Amino acid sequence: MIEIKDLHKSYKMGSNSLHVLKGINFKAEEGELVAIMGSSGSGKSTLLNILGMLDEADTGEYILDGVPIKNLSETKAAKYRNKFLGFVFQSFNLINYKSALENVALPLYYQKVGRKEREAKAMKYLEQVGLKEWADHLPNELSGGQKQRVAIARAMAAEPKVLLADEPTGALDSTTSYEVMDLIQQINDLGNTILVVTHEEDIAHMCKRIIHLRDGVIVEDKKIEQVRASQYVQ
Amino acid sequence: MFNRDRWKEILEVLTSNWFRTVLTAFGVFWGILILIILLAAGKGLENGIKSDFGDIATNTMFMWTRRTTKAHMGLPKDREFNFKTSDRELLESRFPELRFISPRNQLGGFRGGSNVIRGIKTGAYNIYGDYPEIIRQDPMGITAGRFLNQNDIREKRKIAVIGEGVVSDLYEAGEDVLGTYIKIQGVNFMVVGTYKKKSNDGDGEEGQKQIFVPFTTFSQAFNRADNVGWMAITAQDGTSITSLKDRIVSTLKEKHKVHPDDQRAIGYFDLYEQYNRVESLFGAMRFIAYFVGILVLLSGIIGVSNIMLIVVKERTKEIGIRRALGEQPWSIKLQILMESIFLTIISGMAGIAMGALFIYGVNTLLDANGPVDMFMNPSVSLGVVMGALAILTASGLLAGFIPAQSAIRVKPIDALRTE
Repeated sequence: MIEIKDLHKSYKMGSNSLHVLKGINFKAEEGELVAIMGSSGSGKSTLLNILGMLDEADTGEYILDGVPIKNLSETKAAKYRNKFLGFVFQSFNLINYKSALENVALPLYYQKVGRKEREAKAMKYLEQVGLKEWADHLPNELSGGQKQRVAIARAMAAEPKVLLADEPTGALDSTTSYEVMDLIQQINDLGNTILVVTHEEDIAHMCKRIIHLRDGVIVEDKKIEQVRASQYVQ
Repeated sequence: MFNRDRWKEILEVLTSNWFRTVLTAFGVFWGILILIILLAAGKGLENGIKSDFGDIATNTMFMWTRRTTKAHMGLPKDREFNFKTSDRELLESRFPELRFISPRNQLGGFRGGSNVIRGIKTGAYNIYGDYPEIIRQDPMGITAGRFLNQNDIREKRKIAVIGEGVVSDLYEAGEDVLGTYIKIQGVNFMVVGTYKKKSNDGDGEEGQKQIFVPFTTFSQAFNRADNVGWMAITAQDGTSITSLKDRIVSTLKEKHKVHPDDQRAIGYFDLYEQYNRVESLFGAMRFIAYFVGILVLLSGIIGVSNIMLIVVKERTKEIGIRRALGEQPWSIKLQILMESIFLTIISGMAGIAMGALFIYGVNTLLDANGPVDMFMNPSVSLGVVMGALAILTASGLLAGFIPAQSAIRVKPIDALRTE
């Protein structure tokens, strides 16, 4: 599903440049649930941004579902993001003047899906994350956990190939963190490929595979026994 | 364009900060209001001054004779001479471009004594000997009976067409006017018609106190032989009388044995030239109105552009999210542009409506208080309003362009990083 070969990325900081990614190689199959771990500055967010086509690598190959991602125009990148990827952010990033339902329907709107169909689909995903009753509420009327669940529903709405989650539990307490992870595991159980960036051990162990990043290189890549989050959820 | 979601979003964005939106809109509103008012005021002045020209055909000149100032062909200087009736045929044959050539004679005039008697009533009026064409050059409405015609000229009928002012002086109210006789300097004329002139300036009343009789009758009755007092000459449409003026004057100089360089022997007044001078003045005024109005409007537009920049800045993160979700750059650009155009057009329309209301108010005031000198019926044409709308749309585009550009210049990754 995802294949990257020898990925390099550096940022110019004034006169000296900062080499963030120093040759990353990895492969993720369909249906995997991968945690990318590392301390801050290890390059994990940069990697995720490149995978999310929000940023571009200096050198190296990136193939997503058989499509090489290289030298994209903004228009093309937008199209690919919409088609291939779903994003979940640490700070939820919901549009605060749109209701939960409208937020979830947004990616479908960009796909030019008709209004009725869009709303029906969005409602379906809201139901899946257990927020059907909250469809007409604005984001600031929801709790942190609810917001993240809306964000996950939004990421799922366009039925992307890969779900990218950047510290999805970073702004949540442990109970709601486990609820969100439970949801992510359920989505993964349906066969979706998910990449989670986190620095929390317990969250990482709820995935199926952990990749450790340090100073721009992968230092460890192991399959693990998944810890189900549902046991922590009442 | 007619996308429900897009419009919903435009309204959401613009109504999210009412106070700011209204303040911004006010700049454009004010600009267009000033533009409309300036143009309307200019038009009012133009209407006022043009009404002073009355209905007179503007492509007209008036000519009269004076004493010669140069000796010529054995004739002394300081010689008096008159235009002759034969001058008319001469001009007709030489200048096919002329539409009307009306020789005129006049009795009475400024502070003249009483010259018209009917029964026991008398009055002092201007009496003109005229050809029928004069009604085309100095239009008047016939309110009863008829105006002069060619038969009157040929048969030298003793008939008269009198003004409404004369009627109210010499007749009782409701009295039958047609067929009655008035005595002009001892000669009886039968009244065959009455007229009323449209005129709004100070001469309005004077204009109604005139009497028109056939030119030939006038000449015979008042001993003018073949002399002509002055001439009113109108050129065909498409030829300006100003361009013919010099040739006409020199033709007449030659005929009357006046020295070609004698500038004073023939006097004339070129109405067309005066009219054009006034026209170009109004052109300049319109230019100033547009200039000032558009500059004021421009400051309003800069305000809109400014606010749109702020809106874009405020929404940087939102735009980042939307791009991460797959919205295409042109769609975001279109959104910003439409917001800007929508804001300008709505506020501009409010300005136009307010301007129209203002003009309506001024007109009502003018109607209530009677005519004012040199000012009447201020208005703007539909064309100007359409033009203003076009300017607004263009300026909305202009105002939104830079902000829209800056909205998509930020990379989604940077936009998302903004906290």
